Amino acid sequence: MPTVNMTVNGKAVSGDVEGRTLLVQFLRENLGLTGTHVGCDTSQCGACVVHVDGEAVKSCTALAVSCDGASVATIEGMANDDGSLGPIQQAFQDNHGLQCGFCTPGMIMSAADLLKNNPNPSEQEIRDYLEGNICRCTGYHNIVKSIQAAAAAGA
Amino acid sequence: MYNFNYIKPGSVDEAAAALTSGDAMALSGGQTLLPTMKARLAETDTVVDLTGCLSSSIGIVRDGDLEIGGAARHAAVANDGNVPGWLQNVAAHIGDPAVRNRGTIGGSLANNDPAACYPAAVLGTGAEITTNKRTIAADDFFQGMFTTALDDGEIVTAVTFPTGASVSQAKVESANYQKFVQPASRFALVGVFVAKKSDGVRVAVTGASEEGAHRWAAAEQALSGNFSPDAVPAAPAADGMIGDIHGSPEYRAHLVAVMTRRAVAAASA
Amino acid sequence: MPKDGIGAAVVRTEDVRFTTGKGRYVDDFNVAGQHYAAFVRSPHAHANIVGIDKSAAMAAPGVVAIYDGNELVGDGIGNLFCGWAVTSKDGTPMKMGAWSALATSKVRYVGDSVCVVIADTQARARDAAEKVDVTYEELPAASTVGAALSSTAAQIHDEAEGNLIYDWELGDEAATDAALASAAKVVELDVTNNRLAPNPMEPRAALAQYDSGEDHLTLHTTSQNPHVARLVMSAFFQIAPEHKLRVIAPDVGGGFGAKIYIYPEETVCVWAARKAGVPIKWTADRSEAFLTDAHGRDHVSTAKMAFDANNKITGFKIDTTANLGAYMSLFSSAVPTYLYATLLSGQYAIPSIYCNVKAVYTNTAPVDAYRGAGRPEACYLVERMMEKAAKELGTSPAALRRNNFITEFPYQTPVIMAYDAGDFDATLSAAEAAADVAGFAARKAASEAAGKKRGLGYSCYIEACGIAPSAAAGSLGAGVGGWESAEVRVNPVGTIEVMTGSHSHGQGHETTFAQVVADRFGVPHDSVKIVHGDTDKVQFGMGTYGSRSGAVGISAIVKALDKVEAKVKKIAAHVLEASEGDLVIEEGAVKVQGTDKQMLWHEVGLAAYVAHNLPEGVEPGLNESAFYDPTNFTFPAGSYICEVEVDPETGVVDIQGFVAADDFGRVINPMIVAGQVHGGIGQGIGQAMLEQAVYDADGQLLTGTYMDYTMPRADDVPFYQVSTHETLCPGNPLGIKGCGEAGAIGSPPALVNAVIDAIGTDNINMPVSPQNVWAAMNS
Repeated sequence: MPTVNMTVNGKAVSGDVEGRTLLVQFLRENLGLTGTHVGCDTSQCGACVVHVDGEAVKSCTALAVSCDGASVATIEGMANDDGSLGPIQQAFQDNHGLQCGFCTPGMIMSAADLLKNNPNPSEQEIRDYLEGNICRCTGYHNIVKSIQAAAAAGA
Repeated sequence: MYNFNYIKPGSVDEAAAALTSGDAMALSGGQTLLPTMKARLAETDTVVDLTGCLSSSIGIVRDGDLEIGGAARHAAVANDGNVPGWLQNVAAHIGDPAVRNRGTIGGSLANNDPAACYPAAVLGTGAEITTNKRTIAADDFFQGMFTTALDDGEIVTAVTFPTGASVSQAKVESANYQKFVQPASRFALVGVFVAKKSDGVRVAVTGASEEGAHRWAAAEQALSGNFSPDAVPAAPAADGMIGDIHGSPEYRAHLVAVMTRRAVAAASA
Repeated sequence: MPKDGIGAAVVRTEDVRFTTGKGRYVDDFNVAGQHYAAFVRSPHAHANIVGIDKSAAMAAPGVVAIYDGNELVGDGIGNLFCGWAVTSKDGTPMKMGAWSALATSKVRYVGDSVCVVIADTQARARDAAEKVDVTYEELPAASTVGAALSSTAAQIHDEAEGNLIYDWELGDEAATDAALASAAKVVELDVTNNRLAPNPMEPRAALAQYDSGEDHLTLHTTSQNPHVARLVMSAFFQIAPEHKLRVIAPDVGGGFGAKIYIYPEETVCVWAARKAGVPIKWTADRSEAFLTDAHGRDHVSTAKMAFDANNKITGFKIDTTANLGAYMSLFSSAVPTYLYATLLSGQYAIPSIYCNVKAVYTNTAPVDAYRGAGRPEACYLVERMMEKAAKELGTSPAALRRNNFITEFPYQTPVIMAYDAGDFDATLSAAEAAADVAGFAARKAASEAAGKKRGLGYSCYIEACGIAPSAAAGSLGAGVGGWESAEVRVNPVGTIEVMTGSHSHGQGHETTFAQVVADRFGVPHDSVKIVHGDTDKVQFGMGTYGSRSGAVGISAIVKALDKVEAKVKKIAAHVLEASEGDLVIEEGAVKVQGTDKQMLWHEVGLAAYVAHNLPEGVEPGLNESAFYDPTNFTFPAGSYICEVEVDPETGVVDIQGFVAADDFGRVINPMIVAGQVHGGIGQGIGQAMLEQAVYDADGQLLTGTYMDYTMPRADDVPFYQVSTHETLCPGNPLGIKGCGEAGAIGSPPALVNAVIDAIGTDNINMPVSPQNVWAAMNS
């Protein structure tokens, strides 16, 4: 079994994996970081989005071994240092940007990636950017509002 | 997915050697291969990760041509200042942002999915594909859906687009890609890439045909004489077009003409 | 009103864990020694099982057990079943075929479970499942109601001759025929209500553990109603007695109906955990969800509506055939009957209605309630009909509706329902104003100048929620009651725990239910904890579906709060030496009106528990429970208007605006209610424009992943303009009607009517996908 080493949410981690072990499985099963979810098999729903070396990636479509040496950020690392909600998390709560919560970690990680690259996106840019994140609860209305609010707050 | 051994060679030669042994499969961005393997539609004893040995650089080479390394991610192509807008636009509409952060141009071309976007751009510009063994003209590279000119152990190392003067192909003066998405997968139900080049017009179609990415000769001929939307011929025959729940052959054929007109209009703008 | 009481847009308590990755869904739980289940599924839509060879799979690494249907039946595990008995018009009971959680002799749809493989990792379980060699003898398959009812169709269940489950009717056929015969105008319409896959984002999952020391089973499962799951698994499947089975539905990632039912996989996991002696986890992947989650809708209908010379509706006759799939799922029989035909009066006064419904077995996944469940099918039929009638009668869609609105309440329809309250003109007027209908002509002209076609579509829906008065439900064939339970436990320090039989899987009960308590006692809502989803913590409940948690679940809480209040006043009156009648509870204190005497809330709690100074006859403690049985259905209603622009070259529909004006009765949390409407509209747009579960003629599912099943995405939909207009429901203490399904019920006809208005032909079915719109325009 190959051993992989990564930095996850700032902490050095390592674990033994199979060749076929996906990054999301490594995060959930080896590290117990169950905030990253799996909602489909075809890389479309985005519930599994994490950041690998600063970029949004679908962790269900990346091998853990391929991420050896990478720096990974997950939803568990998005809160402020004092444990309070980070600005995008806060915007999602304030704007009712979630219902069942299952797609939410991926939505927030994608939103963070969007706002990093485009701090002041238009409504259409937000909707276009979310092409790879599916939500079944909200009709997207309050997700888009949340990201607009996060952008306005300078998140 | 079925289990496999994973290797990440440090050189293209090592990777090529690994790919010629057993039933090894090449992994680049993995955005097609991994879902396929997860569905247990592909099985291999060894996955050879090419991202450790392939270049991902994007730059102007020789006399102004654009060379893109085989491991260049779609997002990088979409955002690189050396890349002309008509090619940025292609890359920016492949998959979704997270997919674009992983998927590579070399992987897309080697896979030659009949609904992929890059094959239309490569074929439509007359780009050249460089492998570890040779250089292949776009017209020779695509050989029907999921089929290319690549031999066993042959790896796409770079693609060169004729944005300058040195490639054997004439320079692209203006171009545009129009993608009509299949509503579920967001792949191209029909994608048309039109390039106005110094020696004429090329029109490449993806998504529509059972033969995969292909050129639409009648449109090229008509547009080479008169590069305007009105010159686009009537829809091609529905014969040989893909038919599925998202589009009948007739609908796809119709969209080929519509998207060609829109691409010409946009390229002329 | 307290700032976080009824009517306040309180942000959700539960969001803190959900936004930080700390939600706990079933697949997030792991236990020592955990093994994994993988199911061997039929690749055929219809086949006899000739033989099963497990030897190669048993020899595969990590495999501890492989079980088949004969072993399941041999252990006395009972069949899955439909719990709502529908009687055909000839008086015979519905014809329900046997459904074993693992098929014994025959498979009836692609995905039917044949064996379960238990192994030490999920990957190894799946590896081994592929090695189970099942020999099938293929049989002809039928994937549509037409094919299943044809004279040459193969028999799917021996129990249902000709694959007909029931042939049911409601209403007065003779009166309706007479109305049609004497009508000034009869409008005819054929519609298909497209089959949908529900797609909660969290796939179904189960984690089953057996404690041999206690002889006790625990099941964590993705359920909308864990109490009913325990009841069914105990009383009907004989898996374990109720007191030996604990069912926990923790955080659940969406339901939309699909997680109401008791499925084969969860059942098998509980049974197998004891048999194999290891904890077993199963988590569906999306492909399994598409194959096996109960689908929704799938009706084919023809309808005739009679009008008199004044454009008043005089009769409505409907013939519907419903596809129930390969097995009768838990509520499947009720969806095309009591949840559908009873709403065919819509918002209109219709003197005579007659509906005939045939339910049919096919070789497809079971079909059951999906958000709205029968009511979207009724609304779609009625509202398409009204739009078509308006065109044929030469009047405007709004005028024809207003001309036929029910305006006096209560109103008894000819199809069971008695509407208790509403103001249909108010919601239509509000929607028209919000949609700027007056400015539509100018917008249409602008679109036409740009080569586009623009259309406006209406939908005035009504639905029945708050399911249901138990006696009424029972008289209609329901196997269970429609009440809800609540327990309000005031702790000695004054904090409050509310145990509810409702289940929250996105609805925000932890916040809204707490608001109701905060409102009553003037305590902060965050001093109230809502406990749900665990049969060890909550006595019993009916769960969450049918927009019932507010109207029924909250009503039960209110009843328990009444009891708490009564006891609090007794205790406080005694301590304060005041009359109970002079006491008010507000701002976290019990106050003697007109004086400065009071007991703080926590002082009352402490007094109740230390019990040093209680009035005579009052028991210590402060813990009250209540069961609430509704007196009637509730009737949310509203008007939706959609505006679209169609690209005639491609058939692409661009939604330019979507307005919803709803009457949900009392609104507890307007932010959450708006969110429910947004989500419902999103799903309604999905049904109307994007989604369809498609089987080919051989019963193979062509839309088995998100590559082919079109889920609504952020760029498919606009911002929605939603508003509420309250008429209080007279039937429950707070006047709540329910809001969970309205969006999905009201929106599809609005969108389709808008497209029809734009393209000028109604020869189109849902989804109004680019291809379908283009084909309709060019047919």
